Amino acid sequence: MSKKRPVNLDLTTIQLPLPALTSILHRVTGVMLFVGLIFFFYVFDLSLANEAGFNTVKSLLTQHFGAKFIAWGLLTALSFHLLAGVKHLIMDFGYAETLKSANLAAKVVLSSCVILSILVGVWLW
Amino acid sequence: MVTSITSFGRSGLYDWLVQRITALVLGCYTVFLVVFFLSNPGLNFQDWTSLHAQLPVRIFSLMALFSLGAHCWIGLWSVSTDYIKPFGYRFLFQVVVGAAMFIYIVWGIQLLWGF
Ligand code: HEM
Repeated sequence: MSKKRPVNLDLTTIQLPLPALTSILHRVTGVMLFVGLIFFFYVFDLSLANEAGFNTVKSLLTQHFGAKFIAWGLLTALSFHLLAGVKHLIMDFGYAETLKSANLAAKVVLSSCVILSILVGVWLW
Repeated sequence: MVTSITSFGRSGLYDWLVQRITALVLGCYTVFLVVFFLSNPGLNFQDWTSLHAQLPVRIFSLMALFSLGAHCWIGLWSVSTDYIKPFGYRFLFQVVVGAAMFIYIVWGIQLLWGF
């Protein structure tokens, strides 16, 4: 490989296009969800175990700020991961691959996620 | 070059396909639960357990659980091969992910079928 190729290592001069942003966020939310599995499983287990457990979960998710915040964060991550995942699958079938349509698809995913995130917040609070 | 020695199906194409099928199952399961919660405001313990006592729901949950195991394993395997270069650390990370998914699957089966 020629060593004379131009290299650009000044990251601040590299633009991050929207589709690249959705791509890295898909990865970040995927890892977040994996870390958050402990909460999903804990809540699922407790809620099915007995009536007292169910009521604990219910009061955590309606009264405890920390629990609500974690739930909101994880559900937002899930919304994003799901929307971007669907976009990913659609693109696997060869759609939205031009510069214009890919940008549009990324915008749709990002803005739908903001809306879903707000709706989740409204639902929890 | 990354060798695929520790991948899920020992073939990149197979992993790629499994990642997509499991994504589809997880997506459907998520939508199913969201629709259930939205159409049952003020949910109580009886409604919740009777939902999960039905055989089709149990099977669907089990499918989602297995899909989750494979989806996370393949997904985090890709992440580890991208960012963790030293073999020892990468292998350790993969062992932790594998163990975690195994524990979640056992825990999940227990909580779904044991109540
Ligand atoms: C709680 C459930 C989920 C967890 C913990 C999870 C986790 C992950 C992780 C860690 C990755 C790897 C990210 C990467 O390689 O960049 C990934 C990839 C992926 N996820 Fe998920 N995911 C979940 C649910 C979903 C859902 C519901 C969908 C879509 C319907 C989905 C679609 C995808 C797709 C298509 C990929 C492949 C990306 C690629 O090949 O680069 N996932 N997921």
